[in-house]
Amino acid sequence: MSETLTIFEKGAPGRRAFACPELDVPHVDGLLPDALRRAQEPRLPEVSEPELVRHYVNLSKKNFDLDSGFYPLGSCTMKHNPRLHERVAALPGHARLHPLQSPARAQGALELMWNLERALAEIAGLPHVSLQPSAGSHGELAGVLLTRAFHADRGDTRTKVLTPDTAHGTNPATVTMAGYEVVKLGTNPDGGIDLDDLRAKADEDVACLMLTNPNTLGVFDHNIEEIAEIVHGVGATVYYDGANLNAIMGISRPGDMGFDIVHFNLHKSFTQPHGGGGPGSGPIAVADHIEPFLPRPVITRDQDGRFDLDDDRPKSIGKLRGFQGNYGCFVRSYAYIRSLGAEGLKDASETAVLNANYLLARLKALGVADKLPLAFGELCMHEFVLSGAPMKRDLQIRTLDLAKRLLDHGFHPPTVYFPLLVDEALLIEPTETETRETLDAFAEAIADILREAKEDPSIAREAPHTTPVRRLDEAGAAKRPVIRQALD
Amino acid sequence: MLDAIGVGSLQEIFDRQIPAAVRLARPLDLPAGMPEHEVYAHLRALAARNTSAEDELTFLGAGMYDHYVPAVVDMLMERSEFLTPYTPYQPEISQGGLQVMFEYQTAISELTALPVSNASVYEGPSAVAAAAYLARIANGKPKIVISRGVHPHARAALRTTAGAYGGEVVEVGLRDGVTDADAWAGAIDQDTGAVIFAQPNFLGAVEDAAALAQAAKDSPAVVVGSYDPIPLGVLKPPGECGVDVAVGEGQSLGNRLDFGGPSFGFFAATEAYLRRMPGRIAGETRDVDGKRGFVLTLQTREQHIRREKATSNICTAQALNALAGVVYLSWLGRRGLVELGELLLQRTHYARSALTAIDGVEALHEQPVVREFAVRLDAPVDKVIARCQDAGINPGFALGREYDEYPDGLLVAITEQRSKADIDRLTDVLGAAVAAERHPAGAHA
Repeated sequence: MSETLTIFEKGAPGRRAFACPELDVPHVDGLLPDALRRAQEPRLPEVSEPELVRHYVNLSKKNFDLDSGFYPLGSCTMKHNPRLHERVAALPGHARLHPLQSPARAQGALELMWNLERALAEIAGLPHVSLQPSAGSHGELAGVLLTRAFHADRGDTRTKVLTPDTAHGTNPATVTMAGYEVVKLGTNPDGGIDLDDLRAKADEDVACLMLTNPNTLGVFDHNIEEIAEIVHGVGATVYYDGANLNAIMGISRPGDMGFDIVHFNLHKSFTQPHGGGGPGSGPIAVADHIEPFLPRPVITRDQDGRFDLDDDRPKSIGKLRGFQGNYGCFVRSYAYIRSLGAEGLKDASETAVLNANYLLARLKALGVADKLPLAFGELCMHEFVLSGAPMKRDLQIRTLDLAKRLLDHGFHPPTVYFPLLVDEALLIEPTETETRETLDAFAEAIADILREAKEDPSIAREAPHTTPVRRLDEAGAAKRPVIRQALD
Repeated sequence: MLDAIGVGSLQEIFDRQIPAAVRLARPLDLPAGMPEHEVYAHLRALAARNTSAEDELTFLGAGMYDHYVPAVVDMLMERSEFLTPYTPYQPEISQGGLQVMFEYQTAISELTALPVSNASVYEGPSAVAAAAYLARIANGKPKIVISRGVHPHARAALRTTAGAYGGEVVEVGLRDGVTDADAWAGAIDQDTGAVIFAQPNFLGAVEDAAALAQAAKDSPAVVVGSYDPIPLGVLKPPGECGVDVAVGEGQSLGNRLDFGGPSFGFFAATEAYLRRMPGRIAGETRDVDGKRGFVLTLQTREQHIRREKATSNICTAQALNALAGVVYLSWLGRRGLVELGELLLQRTHYARSALTAIDGVEALHEQPVVREFAVRLDAPVDKVIARCQDAGINPGFALGREYDEYPDGLLVAITEQRSKADIDRLTDVLGAAVAAERHPAGAHA
């Protein structure tokens, strides 16, 4: 097999795909002073269109993707992405609509956004929505900035934000960016928040508690009402990280649990394709007392059903980004919600939880549990965490080895080494769009790998064996970073 | 399945985990589901109520531009292998996406003449805010000096985030269409952590980027330039102007307008800031057999490793849109970007000359422009725009929507899709609209 080449190493001088339009206006010299001009052209690739297509199609074949196989990456909700959504998002009325088109000539887009806001508000159980944030972590930043604005408006200065030790890394990172100090909360033996620790740390300096429920252990914190009461008792807000919303749509609502602010990941529960690392979209829903601070503009609807954008929001935290957010994602998620409807969304969450529990039970039935025990509880919500510690001790293969060997079986591995408090963690989220046969096959593959490791652990330790490349030197890459193609 | 789980019903799984008090006792109040063709019809009906760039001859830009998106971009973005994977956490089965990131980083590096690029951030305005945050963690200085030539949404996004970490935003106004050099120099001091300008600026004017950067040389400030990527075929790149961090909106590189997103933001810097960069970075390495490969690298900057000490909270960024960006730049190619820039330079100049020849229209500034320019109308701008739109032309952006100082300003953008004939038509229609608003029927004998 030939050496891997980048697009910059292919082609030949003068080769091209683009045909520039002829100059159709009189040529004028000296429009740009030499001092402002580029002297050397950027060394972009020089390839024909067939070469361009072939290069990227061949690259695509080195990717594993959700359309090809099972992708049980925990907390990422890799559910099927319906193709209808791509078709409707590509309609020129959506795809070629300029973000600064006057609202009177963008009524369809504003109505779509309005309808999506109303649907998300209903799902969250909180009345007001802003679609603006670009991704989950951007929604978190919005949420913590809203909290800051809410306290500041009351003349209240607070310094700390509570996050459990099971939290996604984006939570503490967001807290720092928003100018607060992170205070970590412990986890109780059931996998929920340690209430004594919470009571000890919840004081008048606390601005907010950030929580995922069900959390990253797949555990629904059954003390949630009491948690919200404690936090509200010191005047702080309760923030819901919506990464795991796929477990509870139509079943339980963050607003009813006592949360004040919620973010959604449209690229998780609401089928925006992940795109290999984005785009995403991270709308937020909030309670009445947070509403005055929402990002501007907000969408309004008058008595005649006309939609507009209202930028005159004196208490708003401002804008988080340009324009109105990732509209293309709104189109897809709105199409999803309209396809499924109320019953369908609930059914999706129920099936997601059923599938996770079924996979967990299959693994137990295959005798895997003594090597990969469930970290917390007996049942799970939409995902569950196994600990690979006994496997490492008894079979001399680590969670990483198991993950890499799964690649040879044609599966994307679960999330590994997260959450941090579980030793050798495997976080498994099958989603509702997988069949029982797929879940069975995945469970069998794990059992096979454990059996194989008992005979010869080196096979897993050296895995993968069948992928386009094998284990890569990540330490070397970080030590001597080469992050661009060298050109002569 | 329930037998395998050992429960009597699906209900039991939930009953055993979620307290009754927080269970929703009724169905969600949402419309019932619809079959695929009905959803399509509904979404199509909504699309039909929008006036898109397909429905009118548009000269609207102001941050997003109606450049042509080649068919190869759509084809590659729709491939399952690029569309449906997650962030490449397992490099052995993600070499396609990782190599795309590496190639994208190379293309952005070439475009900006800066050695370091990440694999994308959300979009342009929030990239400006992210650059200010990089400066904050790099030098800890509170003051952020920003030109009013920077996109209003970027200035707003900066203000939204900067206050939380103690950043003090100071705006410097424009003079003759470009950043007021004296005010700019006067605003920069030893407490200044970042200075930020746009190239070309919001009024379309080409700034003297090197001079703006030079003015900050004796301060601790990180010099940030917010660049429009298309004109970089002809404009001196930030890396040759003393800029430390170049960011910008990537939409015009192969991404659709999409009513504002998703697109991507680019983020490039000098070597000194490599370990302070936000977001994913792909790096080259070898596998155990010595084969060339790519991985996500320098991850100790990132939230999933470093948590509260991370350089940013960004996780999901814009990988698919960045793919469109590098495919587009490869499609344009080395000469193509320059030829496109030259074409826009000539057509934009032609359009400015043609419009300012109209009675009641004059140039808002005389600075060099590449693909966008500003004029003043001696007539109510909103009314002129409405008249033009009724005639099938969107003449541009009313500057008064964002700038109190330019209530009479109109910002006009030219792309390769707007020919001389289109510009001539704009000239006729705008001329008639301005005349009609200046001399309403019956106002004089």
